[in-house]
Amino acid sequence: MRLTWLRTPLRIIAWMVYAALSLVIVYGVYRLIQFKGATYFFQALLDGLRLGFVYALIALGYTMVYGIVRLINFAHCDVFMVGAFSSYYAITSYGWGIVPAIILAMVVCIVLNIAIERMAYKPLRNAPRITALISAIGVSFFLEYFTALRFVFGADFLTYKRPFDVVVWNVLGLSISNITVIIVAVTLALLALLLYIINRTKVGKAMRATSQDATAARLMGIDIDRIITLTFGIGAALAGAAGVLYAIAFPQIWTFMGIMPGLKAFIAAVLGGIGNIAGAVLGSLLMGEIEVLTVSFVPFGSRIRDLVAFLVLIIVFLVKPTGILGEPQVEKV
Amino acid sequence: MALLDVSDLHVAYGAIKALQGITFTIGEGEIVTLIGANGAGKSTSLRTISGLLRPVQGSVCFRGVDLTRMSVDKIVKLGISQVPEGRQIFPKLTVRENLEMGAFTRRDRNEINDSMERVFSSFPRLKERLHQLGGTLSGGEQQMLAIGRGLMSRPTLLLLDEPSMGLAPILVEEIFSIISQINSEGVSILLVEQNAAMALSVAHRGYVLETGKVALQGDASALLANPQVQEAYLGEG
Ligand SMILES: Nc1ncnc2c1ncn2[C@@H]1O[C@H](COP(=O)(O)OP(=O)(O)OP(=O)(O)O)[C@@H](O)[C@H]1O
Ligand SMILES: [Mg+2]
Repeated sequence: MRLTWLRTPLRIIAWMVYAALSLVIVYGVYRLIQFKGATYFFQALLDGLRLGFVYALIALGYTMVYGIVRLINFAHCDVFMVGAFSSYYAITSYGWGIVPAIILAMVVCIVLNIAIERMAYKPLRNAPRITALISAIGVSFFLEYFTALRFVFGADFLTYKRPFDVVVWNVLGLSISNITVIIVAVTLALLALLLYIINRTKVGKAMRATSQDATAARLMGIDIDRIITLTFGIGAALAGAAGVLYAIAFPQIWTFMGIMPGLKAFIAAVLGGIGNIAGAVLGSLLMGEIEVLTVSFVPFGSRIRDLVAFLVLIIVFLVKPTGILGEPQVEKV
Repeated sequence: MALLDVSDLHVAYGAIKALQGITFTIGEGEIVTLIGANGAGKSTSLRTISGLLRPVQGSVCFRGVDLTRMSVDKIVKLGISQVPEGRQIFPKLTVRENLEMGAFTRRDRNEINDSMERVFSSFPRLKERLHQLGGTLSGGEQQMLAIGRGLMSRPTLLLLDEPSMGLAPILVEEIFSIISQINSEGVSILLVEQNAAMALSVAHRGYVLETGKVALQGDASALLANPQVQEAYLGEG
C-alpha cells in the first residue's frame, strides 16, 4: 500500500474516537442513573441483557449459515417461530416441562431447517447468489402464511402457557424472575456447547475451515454437503431454543412472531460482523441493551424501539459495514 | 498399469475449452511434471484429477479406478492429495489445526500424530509455529504448511500446483529438495510448475502443455536438452 504512512495517524485518530465514545457512554450512564435512579437503570440493563441473550441464539444461526454458504437465510426467523409453536403444543396438549419442550423445539427446527436447505437452497448452490436469496424470502413467506392456515397453527394470537409458575426474587433492589434465570442459563449452556463443538471437535474445525476456504476444505476430503447440513442444523437448534425462551418471556405467539426478533437478530449479526460467531453474540447483547434502554429512557420509547434497530443497521452500514469484529472482506474469485 | 492414467481429457469452463484432449500417465514412484505458460491448463488438469471439475470427455483412472464420477472426498480417501495453487491454507486456523484438517479423512490419532511428526522433520519451522494462525505465516512458511497439510492424508499421489510461486530462490531450492525427499519416501508426485528448469531438474518425466494440449513429452533430461523447451520455457537458446 502506498498510503502506509497514513496508518499511524489514522490509528491515533481511531483511538481518540474510541476514547471519546467511552467517555460519552460513561457520561450517558451517569446521566441515566441520575435521571431515574440506579435501580431503574440496572433493571433496564438486566432486561436488555436477557433480550440480548435470546437475540444471540437467533443471530448465531444467521451468521453461521452465512459463514458457510454466504446466504442470508431469511426463513431462519420462521424456524424460530415454529420452535415456539412446537413447544406450545407440547406444553398445552401434553403437559411437558420446560426442558423437554426446549429439546423438542430444537429437534423440530433442526429437521425443518435441514429440509429447507435441501429443497430450497441446495438445488441453487451454483446459481447466482441472488437466486438463493429470493428462494429464501419465498420460503419465509411460505412458512408464515402456510402455518397461519386454520389446520396448521391458525392465524390468531395464542397465549403461551408457561409450564412453571413465575417467581420473582428481589436481589439488591432488582427484580429477577425465574424466566430471566432460565433464559440466561439455557443460553449460556448452549453457547458453551457451541463453542466446544466449533473449537474442539474435528467437525467443528472442519466447519471453520469450510467457512474460510471451501475449495481447500473439499481438497482435505471434507464433505461440504455434510458441513452445510450440520450448520443449518446447529443454527436451527439454537433458533428453536430461542423460540421457546422468547415465548416464555413474551407469552403471545402467532405465525408472524419471528419477523421482528429475526430482523433484530440479523441486524445484531451485521453489527457484530456477519460470519463472526463472537460478533453475533456481542452484537446481540448490544441490540438487546439498545432496545430496552430506548424503551426505558426515551420518550415514546416503546413506539420507536423497532425504528432504533433499523437506525443501528443504517449506522453500521455507514460507519463500518463489516461490523465491529468483522474484517474487510476480500471477494474471492 | 500406471498409477494414474489420464486419457483424452477434455474440460471446459462454460464455453471456454481449457483442456482439449490431454493424455499422460504417472508411474508408481515417479515425479512427473506438467509445465507450460499461463493459461495452458495445468491447474485445470489438477482440479479435474481431484474431482473439483468434471470432464466433458475422457477419463482419469487411479490404479484402474475411474475418478471422473467420484466425489472429492472419496478421491482423497483413495490416496490423492492436492496442494493447490496459491497455497490456500486456512488463515484463521492454527498451524496445528491446518495440519489436522489435512488428516480429516483419517481416524487413528496415534498414526495422525506420527504423520505430524514426519511433517515436522521435513519442516521444523512449522513445529516452532504450531499455535500461530496460518494467515500470519510468511509466504514460504505458508507453502511449507500447505505441503505439510497435503501430506497429512498420507497420499500415494501428491499433486503440487506451483509450489515455488512467489518464493525467494533459496527457499525454492529448499522446497524442491524436500519434494525429492518426499518422493524418495515412496510418494508419487505430479508437479505443476512455471519454473520449468527447477521442475525438470527434480522430475523423472515431463509434459509440456500448450493451450490445453500436450505439445511435448519425454524424459526430464531430454526435455531440458530440447531446443524448443529451452527457447520457450527456460529463457535460453
Ligand atoms: N474458473 C474459471 N472460469 C473460466 N475460465 C477459467 C477458470 N479457470 C481457468 N480458466 C481458463 O482455463 C484456462 C486454463 O487455466 P488454468 O488455470 O488451468 O491455467 P494454468 O496452466 O494453471 O495457468 P497458470 O500458470 O497461470 O496458473 C485459461 O484460459 C483460463 O482462463
Ligand atoms: Mg495454474
